[in-house]
Amino acid sequence: MNEMKPTGHRPLLKNTPPLPEGPPDYRAVGRHAVFPETTHDEISRLNYLAQMNRHLATRVMPFVKSAWEQRVEPSLEGPPKDRHDVRRALSGDPLFQTWSALRRMTMEQRQQAGRWTALRQAEFLAEKAAELTDGDPRLFLDASVKIPRYVAAVDHHTMPGSYHTERFPGDVSAAANYDHAIFATTGGLLGRLTDGAGRGIVRWLSENMPDFAPRRILEIGATVGQSLLPIAAAFPRAEVIAVDLGAPVLRYGLARAKSLGVKNVSFVQADGTNLARYEDASFDWVQTTMFLHELNRGSMRDIFRECFRLLKPGGIMLHVEQPQYAPEMPLFEQAMRDWDSFYNNEPFWSTMHGIDLDALMAEVGFVEEKFIHGGVTAVVDKDIFPDAADDETEDYGRKAAWHLVGARR
Amino acid sequence: MSVEDALADASAKPAGKRPYFLNPEVERVMAITMAVAQELAVARDRLDTLERLLESKGVVGRAEIETFQPTAQESADRGLWIQEYLSRILRIVQQEGEAVAHTARGDVASGDVAAEMQRED
Repeated sequence: MNEMKPTGHRPLLKNTPPLPEGPPDYRAVGRHAVFPETTHDEISRLNYLAQMNRHLATRVMPFVKSAWEQRVEPSLEGPPKDRHDVRRALSGDPLFQTWSALRRMTMEQRQQAGRWTALRQAEFLAEKAAELTDGDPRLFLDASVKIPRYVAAVDHHTMPGSYHTERFPGDVSAAANYDHAIFATTGGLLGRLTDGAGRGIVRWLSENMPDFAPRRILEIGATVGQSLLPIAAAFPRAEVIAVDLGAPVLRYGLARAKSLGVKNVSFVQADGTNLARYEDASFDWVQTTMFLHELNRGSMRDIFRECFRLLKPGGIMLHVEQPQYAPEMPLFEQAMRDWDSFYNNEPFWSTMHGIDLDALMAEVGFVEEKFIHGGVTAVVDKDIFPDAADDETEDYGRKAAWHLVGARR
Repeated sequence: MSVEDALADASAKPAGKRPYFLNPEVERVMAITMAVAQELAVARDRLDTLERLLESKGVVGRAEIETFQPTAQESADRGLWIQEYLSRILRIVQQEGEAVAHTARGDVASGDVAAEMQRED
């Protein structure tokens, strides 16, 4: 990096930090063979959006909290019963409305910005993906896979077309948009290759299960494999399988993995609720990462059931997610964390975070003595990217710090 | 994929009804304004790059820009440009102001003129 030179644009205040807190420059993001080309303006747009999200979290959202404490809650006739009462009361407050409108618009602008960049070179990206994946047995696409209602009804996180829409045969633009512009939302909290969660899981395993040596690993809902690659790299002799419903993310995922030098991952189009293609007791580890919130309760139960069936005795199921709404979590925080469910097309975020995952694991056959609970924070290159473990900013539901819930078979 | 398709697709609406937090009229204007704010930041960033490149190549120093003294003629040209710019972007304010007098004189809507003339014909 260039040495920081004071310029006319920096305030002359004595405490102006040489490197202000906040997202790094987008140019620090790692690239690979199918990463879209980005112009100066496109990079500036993503930098602006990352800063905008940080501004909303650090400079606007705290006012929503004070509005709740100082004028919304005192105006209620009785104490709120649950997070929905809090959200309904907040929805009439001007500060909540302004913050919400800006947060929604910023997400829409992020999608617009990223999608234009991906779409304006969609054919070129498809050709590059094809060059890297054509005839490779590590890519298995199945056109008979149906997109279920819980995915098709609304486009998750306001991403038009979600992960699965193909604009032409071989299209990978949905994946390219997701991969290259997620920075606008994460502000770099997931690291150079958006793999901070996967690296966090590997660190958690090395600290908590140092002898675990899986030979066969499955991730369900893997999208472009960004969280799975560090796991595959940590266990280079393991056979690793990424399953997803969407063909564009799988095609792009294999091209991306090969380009990044990770060779032991296959990308398979399948529905996680029915993985009949794999035999009983054939995996040592089944993983999901920031995936459960995309599922309704029925599909989650079916996926847990498949996890139980697929695991070898002693194998582990791990799910990395934002924390559940425990009774001790303040209702205001629960309501704020619910925002994405109602205002950012994450329909199951609210119900998923309210259900008893332990009960669900027990329902499909896991035994309580073998439940696993832990915490994971993103592992990033700390010299460039912000470390979630040191970050006090609370941006309800978006922080790179997660709960880990699972069980040993 | 045609450019028209890509442009339309990039700004496509996601499946799922959009929530509104403010009056839809206000939220619409705010959404346009925030997109313009973004584009201003993008243009500003490009200018910043240009200034830094000019300085690093020894063409124009940034201090020269900060202390630039326009001549009287240059100042006048720039003042005129700002006046032109303001009258352009605040067009609706001017026109709503003029509407007070027009209304007093009996301003009509275009669609009503034909009906009015028909009565006279």
